[in-house]
Amino acid sequence: MHDMTAHAAAHHAPPQGFIRKYVFSVDHKVIGIQYTTLGLVSAFIGMALSWAMRIHLAWPAASIPFLGTLSPNGAPGGVPTPEYYLSLMTMHGTIMAFFLLTAAPMAGYGNFMLPIHVGAADMAFPRLNMASFWVTFVGFVLACATFFIPDGPPLSGWTAYAPLSAVGPVAGPGQGWGQNLWGLSIALFCVASLLGALNFIVTTIDLRTKGMTLSRLPLATWAWFINAWVSLLAFAVLLPTCLLLVLDRLGGTSFFIPGGLVVNDKVLPHSGGSPLLFQHLFWFFGHPEVYIIILPAFGIVAHVMPTFTRKPLVGGWKVITYAMAAIGGLSFVVWGHHMFVSGMSPYMAMVFSVPTLIITIPSVIAVLVFAFSLYGANMRFSTPMLFCLGFISLFISGGIGGFFLAQPAVDSYLHATSFVVGHFHFTMGLSAVFAAFAGFYYWFPKMWGRMMNETLGKIHFWLSFVLVYCVFMTLHLMGLTGSVRRYSQFVADFMVPLTPTNKFITIAALLLGATQFIFLFNVIWSRFKGPKAADNPWHATTLEWDTTSPPPFDNFGGRQMTVYHGPMEYDGDAFVMQTSTEKSIAGT
Amino acid sequence: MPGKVFAVVVVIVTLAIAYCVIAHVWWMPVDISVHGPNIDRQIEETLFGAGILFIAGQLVLAAFSFLYGDSKGTRKMKSFPGGAKPLIIFACVVVGIEILVLSFVGSKAWGSVYFTPPDPSSVRIDVQAGQFAFYFRYPGPDGKFGPLHPELISEGTQNFFGLDTDHDPDSKDDIVTAQLAIPVNKPVLLTLHSKDMGHSFDVRELRVQQDFVPGIVIPIHFTATQTGRFEIVCTQLCGLGHYNMKAYIQVLSQPDYDNWLKQQAAMQ
Amino acid sequence: MSESELTMATGHEVLMEASPYHIEKKKLGMWVFIVSDACTFATFLFGYGYMRVGSQNWGTLFEFSSILNGIIMTFVLLSSSLTMLAAVRATQAGQKASANKWLGLTMLLGTVFAILHLREWVKMIGEGWRLFYNPMGGAAQFGACFFSVTGLHLTHVISGVIALGFVARGYNQGRYDESHVETAGLYWHFVDLVWMFVFPLMYLMNAR
Repeated sequence: MHDMTAHAAAHHAPPQGFIRKYVFSVDHKVIGIQYTTLGLVSAFIGMALSWAMRIHLAWPAASIPFLGTLSPNGAPGGVPTPEYYLSLMTMHGTIMAFFLLTAAPMAGYGNFMLPIHVGAADMAFPRLNMASFWVTFVGFVLACATFFIPDGPPLSGWTAYAPLSAVGPVAGPGQGWGQNLWGLSIALFCVASLLGALNFIVTTIDLRTKGMTLSRLPLATWAWFINAWVSLLAFAVLLPTCLLLVLDRLGGTSFFIPGGLVVNDKVLPHSGGSPLLFQHLFWFFGHPEVYIIILPAFGIVAHVMPTFTRKPLVGGWKVITYAMAAIGGLSFVVWGHHMFVSGMSPYMAMVFSVPTLIITIPSVIAVLVFAFSLYGANMRFSTPMLFCLGFISLFISGGIGGFFLAQPAVDSYLHATSFVVGHFHFTMGLSAVFAAFAGFYYWFPKMWGRMMNETLGKIHFWLSFVLVYCVFMTLHLMGLTGSVRRYSQFVADFMVPLTPTNKFITIAALLLGATQFIFLFNVIWSRFKGPKAADNPWHATTLEWDTTSPPPFDNFGGRQMTVYHGPMEYDGDAFVMQTSTEKSIAGT
Repeated sequence: MPGKVFAVVVVIVTLAIAYCVIAHVWWMPVDISVHGPNIDRQIEETLFGAGILFIAGQLVLAAFSFLYGDSKGTRKMKSFPGGAKPLIIFACVVVGIEILVLSFVGSKAWGSVYFTPPDPSSVRIDVQAGQFAFYFRYPGPDGKFGPLHPELISEGTQNFFGLDTDHDPDSKDDIVTAQLAIPVNKPVLLTLHSKDMGHSFDVRELRVQQDFVPGIVIPIHFTATQTGRFEIVCTQLCGLGHYNMKAYIQVLSQPDYDNWLKQQAAMQ
Repeated sequence: MSESELTMATGHEVLMEASPYHIEKKKLGMWVFIVSDACTFATFLFGYGYMRVGSQNWGTLFEFSSILNGIIMTFVLLSSSLTMLAAVRATQAGQKASANKWLGLTMLLGTVFAILHLREWVKMIGEGWRLFYNPMGGAAQFGACFFSVTGLHLTHVISGVIALGFVARGYNQGRYDESHVETAGLYWHFVDLVWMFVFPLMYLMNAR
């Protein structure tokens, strides 16, 4: 230990050469940008897939441009077959849930910002960090590769329920190598997430600069820290689940496949496994996963909002942090609410219903903290603030759906309807994306040294906000009729009359997608042509605004940061940086 | 200005959603089961309770962004009186009460379906789901289902269940159909089993949705209160034909049901 | 360049906020890894338990000779934990030669464990055991559970031996210090601890 103090203030020299600098870089900022870019690419791929699905649902005979070229078998003439529709759906869920929503707000922004937030020069294990990204990247490539193999991508949904996902090619197109690649891709993603979580935890605990006590951590960093613990435990369960699934598929085991299954009049050579075991293991990961997605969103909003309301959050750092920790902890005991109608014991359904309802209490506290922090504020309506407000509204709307789906009696009607689709898109989808947008517009000046265009940002917000409601609230309401999800066509008698509703949703979804190109244009244009950003354009207090935009290689140019205040020292135009020796003005 | 616009947009969205729910623009189909009213009441109570929270939440958000959305720069900051304490108390008390009420009432609705044993005089029907069709089996006059032999299942010989009518006496009079018919106002006990993948048995009007899980047999029971013909759809992703996997359930008067059963027996 | 040279060193009271648990970052990283790896093992064992409880014809199949082999393996692995402890002590006392001796002994014991275990595997595979086949007529799940759980553990042991080799080499060349050896020791004890779950659950519960 003692001989290491010699290195304490010594910063590593910046690497030379394009590859070491931008590709296989150990710099957390480069890795953060790599993850963020991967998230952006995933977002647009996922969105294109959802476009194809929505067009097919509204106009089943319509030929979808490019789809016929991408897969002549799956979409002859551009019209997706029912199985290809399911493949599109599976990959939409997989790419969005893992490579956008899990990766970008946590690994993307977190990698860039967390070491700076705590005043460190880099992550605790920079090379491990680089490995995380590249393992994620290989996982992403494997997932995308499924589009280019003869059978196409798997069709068993992002939940990959066994035995559909476990028995191999007899289950349908894409269930051969498509599903194998999917399993490997997700297993790699788990490994990368575990390494990332480990790095986040150690960095937060051990690399905080002088004065950066836990109570002075920026709230986004608190969220990433809590989230790293949730990831660490959840992905450690998904990884063996994927391995067992791959063993069932390639090793001939029967963990998830019961005996006596008959496909195409042939008895499968498996016996003794249990599909419910898969569901338990998957959802033991799967429910924490939705909180893994939303907790960084909470953190980003808690971090960004005080900058624009110019006052601390109600209850200071403690209330929101405790709420996030409670959500993270409770998320591990609620997974059974995905399985109310799946043949699990009905008594177990009651056991899982109660904690699921209880988890709404910390969630409501978090939302109330956000909403009541607006009280008496002097709001500055920059784009990030608008997205924060949008987040609050969307999260209220989405969270309300939780009251329904947490109750087995109600769920037995609403299960597998488009109500569920609307619910999870509101909560873990669009709420998280709105928070991610808030973070993107907020941190863009720091990450690339240029300001984004405010007018385009505001147009992006208003159109997105209204259209999100048009798409996903309509899905909620349509779900009340019992409209079933995961259908490639509306052929059930009671679903045929819903076709006009479906067309409305499709048009809104297409417009919502088109709106995102305004964002993309804004990103690319601002990256090269935007006005140069000042070091602290938002008049914020945390350490990332205490260095240049973008920060130098060692983050603070050799300065040793010392922290004297919490992150929310705002009082109108006045604010006190965390490193300032001035007197506190907000008492945080 | 943006604060006021945001407030107006949120209010319009909230009112539009509230209108759609109150005016039943999209709504549940009429219920035809004995336990259904419990579930409907539970859904409506949740809509009411959660709806109030939803409207209140959105209106508070709208009000604050309306009132505090114009930065006058020099205006003195105000904090919410009492800090976070009233919010935490509100969340714990109001949401807590709502949770308690929903759990207690909800457990009744759930219990009315799942915690009651089936009536011993129930009409027993065996349901098999496979890619991508449902088949139904009535025990016939002997009241006994014959054993299943997966290796005998064959679409070609129309032996959907894998019955061995040559060797199993119980199987001889089993009636296998592609449509489900049940008598009205009589308790029905379905035993669900799947021959291949996960499937689900969903009849919206009956307020019954239950997954088929390969490897286990899952019983469900209910009593229909109205005659008519309703759709059974699969709601658990089961493969490429999932969207088109459906059958019909006919709720018949007792004489009609008896006749129907006779006809089906003759067709075996 | 070692990891510590790439970053600011930790545990320096003047520059860094004190770690709440005063754990140095490599060690903390290893603890965090152990938490996550424990979850992974727990998942495998949960799957095994689920299979076993759900099976009607599980059967008990280990002869006394297998159990004896298991007891020897347990003894070997437990001893290797002791020698690891001695190695850590020696590095902390700066006794390089002694540390090398103990590290070498630990690796040797780990290798003996792996050989004994692989011998068991070869014997079982020779008897017809497969991931999907049970030559004794009981539940086919046993092969799947046994090979996957012990396979995962064996992978940990073998990678542990290799990792110890790297750490020992780095220590001798002066690139690594006693904290690296201690961190490697943490991992080794964890692998040992996991075996204390695997042995009773996989062997003793299936003894004839």
